[in-house]
Amino acid sequence: MNSPNHEVVNVVIAGLGGQGVLKASDILADAAFRSGHDVKKAEVHGMSQRGGSIASDVRFGARVLSPMVPEGEADFLLVLSPDQVEPNRHHLRPTGPGRPGGSLITPEAIDPAALPNRRAVNVALLGVLSRRLPIDETAWQDAIRANLPEKLHAVNLQAFALGRATPHP
Amino acid sequence: MGSAQRLLLSGDEAVARAALAGGIALGTGYPGTPSTEILETFSALGGKAQWAPNEKVGLEVGLGAAFAGGRALVTMKHVGLNVAADPLFTAAYTGVDAALVVVSADDPGMASSQNEQDNRRYAEAAALPMLEPSDSQEAYGFTLAAIELSERWRMPVLLRLTTRVCHSKTVVSLDGAPPAAPDGAPHFRRDIKGRVMIPANARPAHRRLRAKLAEIARWGETCPLNRVIEGTGKPAGLGIIASGIACVHAREAAPEAAVLKLGLTYPLPLGLIRAFAAAHARTVVVEEGDPYLANAIRAAGVAVESAPEIYRFGELNVGRVRRLLAGDATPEAAPPPGKPPQLCAGCPHGFVFELLRKHGCIVAGDIGCYTLGVLPPHEAMDTCVCMGAGITVGLGMRHVLPPAEARRVVSVIGDSTFVHSGITGLVEMVYNKPPTGHVVLILDNGTTAMTGQQEHPGTGRALDHAPAGKISFEDLARALGIANVRVFDPTRETGALDRALTDALAADDLTVIITRRPCLLAAGKIRQYERAAGACHEQPES
Ligand SMILES: Cc1ncc(C[n+]2csc(CCOP(=O)(O)OP(=O)(O)O)c2C)c(N)n1
Ligand code: SF4
Repeated sequence: MNSPNHEVVNVVIAGLGGQGVLKASDILADAAFRSGHDVKKAEVHGMSQRGGSIASDVRFGARVLSPMVPEGEADFLLVLSPDQVEPNRHHLRPTGPGRPGGSLITPEAIDPAALPNRRAVNVALLGVLSRRLPIDETAWQDAIRANLPEKLHAVNLQAFALGRATPHP
Repeated sequence: MGSAQRLLLSGDEAVARAALAGGIALGTGYPGTPSTEILETFSALGGKAQWAPNEKVGLEVGLGAAFAGGRALVTMKHVGLNVAADPLFTAAYTGVDAALVVVSADDPGMASSQNEQDNRRYAEAAALPMLEPSDSQEAYGFTLAAIELSERWRMPVLLRLTTRVCHSKTVVSLDGAPPAAPDGAPHFRRDIKGRVMIPANARPAHRRLRAKLAEIARWGETCPLNRVIEGTGKPAGLGIIASGIACVHAREAAPEAAVLKLGLTYPLPLGLIRAFAAAHARTVVVEEGDPYLANAIRAAGVAVESAPEIYRFGELNVGRVRRLLAGDATPEAAPPPGKPPQLCAGCPHGFVFELLRKHGCIVAGDIGCYTLGVLPPHEAMDTCVCMGAGITVGLGMRHVLPPAEARRVVSVIGDSTFVHSGITGLVEMVYNKPPTGHVVLILDNGTTAMTGQQEHPGTGRALDHAPAGKISFEDLARALGIANVRVFDPTRETGALDRALTDALAADDLTVIITRRPCLLAAGKIRQYERAAGACHEQPES
């Protein structure tokens, strides 16, 4: 586990309305909560379902204050749509003295042929992210089950396992 | 301790949980981001919740319930309180028997709103106590506190939320004793002097109101809703005064500072504020929106610093609060542009806007999904101000434009918006008919799509989607005396709609065209609800 060594972990998940950004952030926040962390999650939903840009912030650790990831402080930026990488890159923590910059995770990390269902790419990317976070695997699985209808459990647990088995820099 | 249930909840969900724990007998309101999920959750948890046609109606129904001894919760977005302002101001005079909690959900930064008005001003203007939670835990606790306050002083209480409090999820432990049950079951208590606001009764009522506020102000000096959170720095250094979401941003931006966290932001605890400012070398007010706190504190003769004008616009966040505290007033970089939302491919609204564009119409528009008709590829909307203004602004233009231009003016309004505040517009149209007549299009997609598919009186289903009374727009328009009332499916009958529009624009008459086809995202659920209702009534399937 090579989680960042400061107190609060900051994750920004971005994409377009309808891609499962909010679902992914719900699962992440719930998994962190189930692992005993203090958690805050922020997002703006309004017109998002009409295909516009959307981003959601999840922060967890011993004690979280603001629910929004401060600019340039994201440890992880997970982007579900390639055209949304540039508009969101500014969230990432720049490389600082003695500390690596934040990591960008995009769908390129996943082999599309191995994905059980294209719609589950959001959960597959959570699997990739999960390798780097101090959250128990069972908490992830419970969060996936709690946040999705039963008929989607198998596909998403499989997608998560695929991501979790995928090495990422 | 430790046994309380802990949940990860949005602020809206937390208010709904508290409403249930606090014995709210009736929840009502009108949908509006970011407040909508409060009543939806309250209903899902088993509370009695209903959508009103608009916020004024909701508040009046809530007031009636509270007169009769039933606790009421009324929810709306910030601009909804403009619509409900009339009953609000006089409800402050009448007071209530059981709790009346009015939720105003403000939208600094306008994630999904037409303005970023700061409704803390309503508390002072209407003279009502106001509570402002900072996270979901407080959204829960302050809702319970609002119920108690409302019954202790027998007056409505404003619970002011903002987008980030409503929609952020934070950990809540469901503790805190629920307020004691109201005095007895709902019953009618005659109180003519207290509730019939003729001037002779309203004059003493105003004095009573001011006396109550003075008592609440004294209580606020020591009440647990206002507290000082010590910082990590030296004791008498930086002091910050903040409320709501600004509090958590400030604590993160300046961990060294002591924060006077105000939960009761009207009436203000000016003694507490004065003592806090006196105890710190530098005191800065950190607030989102208008300089509401800063102005009130300065007016009381307490010297504090406040945000440069640039921070009045948009939301605050940790970065902005750091700069604000540094007194940085240099222009801020705009965030990189994202992709704007669009009408869904194949949305029935799209067919209507294509025709309006083709006919070169001047479109007085309104608010809903269909406002996206202003964006490319349609670009077929010329005005959008507030709910209902589509019909009436169109009428105003028809009255003064030269006839050739006046005949190009059409008004466009959604079904939920029509019920909310379009009906009086039709009355105006019949009563003060412009010389060239007028054309109103009601875009009936069978739902309130914009805010996430809520029911309304035109759908014939209640908040929980069970069958309810149904308003027929065509019958209503005809009953008002409008002769030309036509109904088309905009997707399937585009040609006929086109011809009807051509005729209507040429005639110096009044025309109402209803375009009826369900929102694509709602259509499946609407069919399910209809099937369920059919099964209930054991009607044969056709
Ligand atoms: C006074 C007020 N209350 C609530 C809102 C939020 N709001 C804007 S439009 C709208 C209704 C949209 O429904 P409809 O007219 O049916 O259009 P649709 O979105 O379905 O196209 C709501 C609830 C608002 N802007 N102003
Ligand atoms: S949600 Fe419904 S009304 Fe809104 S754009 Fe999509 S199809 Fe149209």
